[in-house]
Amino acid sequence: MARLSGLQREVLSLYRQCLREIRKKPTTEHTQESRANFKAYARAEFQKHLSVNKKDFGAIEYLLRKGQRQLELYAAPGIRNIR
Amino acid sequence: MASLRTTSRLFAASRPMFRPAALARTYATVDASTVDPNASKQPAMKTFKIYRWNPDKPSEKPQMQSYDLDLNKTGPMMLDALIRIKNELDPTLTFRRSCREGICGSCAMNIDGVNTLACLCRIPTETTQESRIYPLPHTYVVKDLVPDLTHFYKQYKSIKPYLQNDTPTPDGLENRQSPEERRKLDGLYECILCACCSTSCPSYWWNSEEYLGPAILLQSYRWLADSRDEKTAERKQALDNSMSVYRCHTILNCTRTCPKGLNPGHAIAEVKKMLASH
Repeated sequence: MARLSGLQREVLSLYRQCLREIRKKPTTEHTQESRANFKAYARAEFQKHLSVNKKDFGAIEYLLRKGQRQLELYAAPGIRNIR
Repeated sequence: MASLRTTSRLFAASRPMFRPAALARTYATVDASTVDPNASKQPAMKTFKIYRWNPDKPSEKPQMQSYDLDLNKTGPMMLDALIRIKNELDPTLTFRRSCREGICGSCAMNIDGVNTLACLCRIPTETTQESRIYPLPHTYVVKDLVPDLTHFYKQYKSIKPYLQNDTPTPDGLENRQSPEERRKLDGLYECILCACCSTSCPSYWWNSEEYLGPAILLQSYRWLADSRDEKTAERKQALDNSMSVYRCHTILNCTRTCPKGLNPGHAIAEVKKMLASH
C-alpha cells in the first residue's frame, strides 16, 4: 500500500475509532441489527464526502472535526440504535 | 417598608428616561412614522462586507459578501443592521443573537477589526467606508459568523466556576460576606463570557489548548477573591504551572477589547501575585 499522508491517516484512524465505538454498543437480542445500523451510518457519513479533493486540506480538516464531534455524540451510552 | 419604597421610587425617578424610546422601537428597521420628517431625504447607503462560509459545502472557500443598507431606515447598532440584512436581503445569513442589550454575549464578532458585541457597537455614520464583519478570530467557524466555543466552555468548566464551601453556616441559611468583601468582586462578576478577550489574545491564539485565556482567568480570580470560597489553596495549585497562567505576557489586548469595560489583564496580574505569595 502506498505511503499515506498525515491527513489520510487521521481519516482512517477516525473510521477505526468509529468501528471500535460501535463494538462497545450494548448487546441485547437486537444487538446485531443495531450494530449493523451504526456501521451503515458511519460508512454512509464517510462516503458522502468521497468527492472532496484530496488537496482541499481545509475542507478535510473541517470534516474530521465534524466527524469527531458526531462520534462523541453517538458514542454516548444512552444511544442504542440508529435508523 | 414604607421608607424603602420611597427611596426606591426616588432612585428610579433620578434615572435618565430613555426607556420609552427603546420600547417604541421593536424591530431593527426604523418605523417610518417615528422618523424625523425634517431629516434629509437623501438615503445614506452604507456597504457591509460580511464573512460567509457554508458548512454544507465544505469544498467552497469562505468569501466576503457585500450588502447595502440605508442607514436612515436602520437602527443605530451593528446588530440592527445584521438583523435587517437577514430579514430583508438574505435570510441565509447566520449569526447568534439574543438579548440585543449586551448582557448575553451571543453576538460577539469581529467588527472593523475589533472583537466586540454587535449589539453594543454603533454603526459608523461614515458612509463612504464599508464595514467589515468577521467571526471571532482564531476560532473554528460553525457557519458564517457563528464560532465554535466548545473548547472555551470546556476550559471554563475546568476551573470549577462555583462556590466550594463545605462548612455549614451557623444559622443554616446563606453564606454571608461583608460589603468590603463583596466589593472585591466588582469588575469580576460582570463578565458575560462572550470570548471577545480570549480570541483577541495572541498568546491564546497560539496556545489555546493549554493556556486558559483572559476570560477564564478573570473567572478564576473571581473565585479566588471570593471570601466565601474555601478551596482557594486547591484552586491556586491547579493554576500553578507554566501554561495555565504564565502564558499571559501582559499584551493587554483583552482589556482594550472588552465590550463590558472590564480589565482581565489586571485580574491576571492579581492571580500571578496570589501565586507568587503562597
